[in-house]
Amino acid sequence: MQADTSRYTPSARQHAWRKFLSRAMAGLMFLCAVAVMAPIFLVLYFLIREGASALDWNFLTQLPKPSGEVGGGMVNAIVGTFVLLAMAACIGVPVGVMGGIYLAEYGSERANSWIRFLADVLNGVPSIVWGMVVWGLLVVPFKGFSAYAGGVALGLMMIPLVMRTTEEVLILVPQGYREAGLALGIARWKIITVIVVKTAMKGIITGILIATARVAGETAPLIFTVMGNNFWSHSLSEPISALPLQIFSYAISPYDDWHRQAWAGALVLMALILLLNVLVRILSRDRKFT
Amino acid sequence: MLPAGIRWPDISFRWLALLAAITIGVLIALVGWELYRGSRLAIGQFGPAFLVRSTWNPVTDQYGAWPFIYGTLVSSAIALVIAVPLGVATALYLTELAPIRIRQPVIMVVEMLAAVPSVIFGLWGIFVLIPWLRDHLFVWLKTTLGFLPLFQGPIYGVSMLAAGIVVAIMILPIITSVSREILRSVPNLQREAAYALGATHWEVMRIAVLSYAKRGLFGAAVLGLGRALGETMAVTMVIGNRPEVSASLFAPGYTLASVIANEFTEATTDLYLSSLFELGLVLLAVTILVNAIAQLMLRSLAGSGTGKIN
Repeated sequence: MQADTSRYTPSARQHAWRKFLSRAMAGLMFLCAVAVMAPIFLVLYFLIREGASALDWNFLTQLPKPSGEVGGGMVNAIVGTFVLLAMAACIGVPVGVMGGIYLAEYGSERANSWIRFLADVLNGVPSIVWGMVVWGLLVVPFKGFSAYAGGVALGLMMIPLVMRTTEEVLILVPQGYREAGLALGIARWKIITVIVVKTAMKGIITGILIATARVAGETAPLIFTVMGNNFWSHSLSEPISALPLQIFSYAISPYDDWHRQAWAGALVLMALILLLNVLVRILSRDRKFT
Repeated sequence: MLPAGIRWPDISFRWLALLAAITIGVLIALVGWELYRGSRLAIGQFGPAFLVRSTWNPVTDQYGAWPFIYGTLVSSAIALVIAVPLGVATALYLTELAPIRIRQPVIMVVEMLAAVPSVIFGLWGIFVLIPWLRDHLFVWLKTTLGFLPLFQGPIYGVSMLAAGIVVAIMILPIITSVSREILRSVPNLQREAAYALGATHWEVMRIAVLSYAKRGLFGAAVLGLGRALGETMAVTMVIGNRPEVSASLFAPGYTLASVIANEFTEATTDLYLSSLFELGLVLLAVTILVNAIAQLMLRSLAGSGTGKIN
């Protein structure tokens, strides 16, 4: 039987329409890409415009003034953020790196795929939930908000992030390096620490910086753990202030001067996070194993 | 085999590494247990009806989760409706159309958006986005689409819709970058075959690329949903924090995460605190479920031999 082929032959009109549609969709996608890029510029523009005018020497060196009074700064919050990040790294880095070593060097394929899966799921646990958990574990038993609790909350959040990135760079280290070590009769743990980890060091540090940048801006897990503090904390078992917390409480306050300072704080926090990201870029630019 | 005397550091190192890896499982169990422990009182008091009760009244000590579940679902839905088409279109533009030279800069810009902390989006939302929405977009929506119940009622600025828009911006980077990886994993043969049949750019994308990548793109959207559900600070700052169920998107709402952030330290009675814990438990269960689904979808894709993700 002869098939009727005439209806499959496009007319010039159909052809023009198809070409037009293709162009139009391409234009639409370009516009979508522009729309996706627009928010970051809008955010940065307002951060710089509003933040720069409020950012001065006092802001970086003075403690907050009592509510409603003009002036003061956020020096305690800036220092607090660094203290919390250091404590978080003390928990997240060793556990994360060791876990990554296990995944890359020891574990069986089956166990590993479970651990990887759980790590990815753990990564998706909302940060506010971490705050509640650490509140129940550390704030209630020790009867008070403390810098420790905040550091632990951020540190626990870092673990799955550091673990996954560490594993990813370790498996890129050529198998021959390990075999060479074994052939020389070096103990396995020495091969791992001295040869494998050292080779992948840059990648591991990159992962740690990425994780640090991610938790640096976290506010939710800090609300019920460190609570904030308008003065210097003299011990890690006292409430401490952190930039994201201070920005939050100033932003929802009714005072114009505090709104101004919230912008300045946001600018400082953003600068800190972008700096960490720039470091990541520099480190990963000429990395051997990616 | 080394003599036993020098093997102990090896063995202990291995155990240490195992311990660290197992921490992941321990943490998940710990999170679940802590939230369950905290919410036992409320679970005993209200039973499963807690999920559908819509009273939230600390004065009379009556609590129900429905307004928060509703707010979380609606704000996340708005975010997905905005972010998925934009993110997928951007990923398509980047993998199929954009000149090679501009791809990397665009990717960098999108990644930068992912680095902005939630609280800064909230600050920007309060002082920049909300006034603009209130005076322009919302007014326009009300006059042109006001016949729909979604766009009726008074405009306050802080609203479900504002929260949805902010969350959409926040999940754009993850949807875009995961979609891009999915699209990159589509074999070139697919495209070449379609071009050989005389398809236009758009037809290649529609027939050869999108239909091939459908499942992966769905996984990317689910991953974005997981993020949207748990978003806390920015939402708290722009949603208006009112535990009401309203058909209008201009009305203020409340989400699971934001009610916890706002009221946790103010909870005066044990039942109040326990109810907040139960909200946390609901949030945890939903996000774990959604994330697990997303991971399974993306993973099965990577393992099916159709090209690895990355």
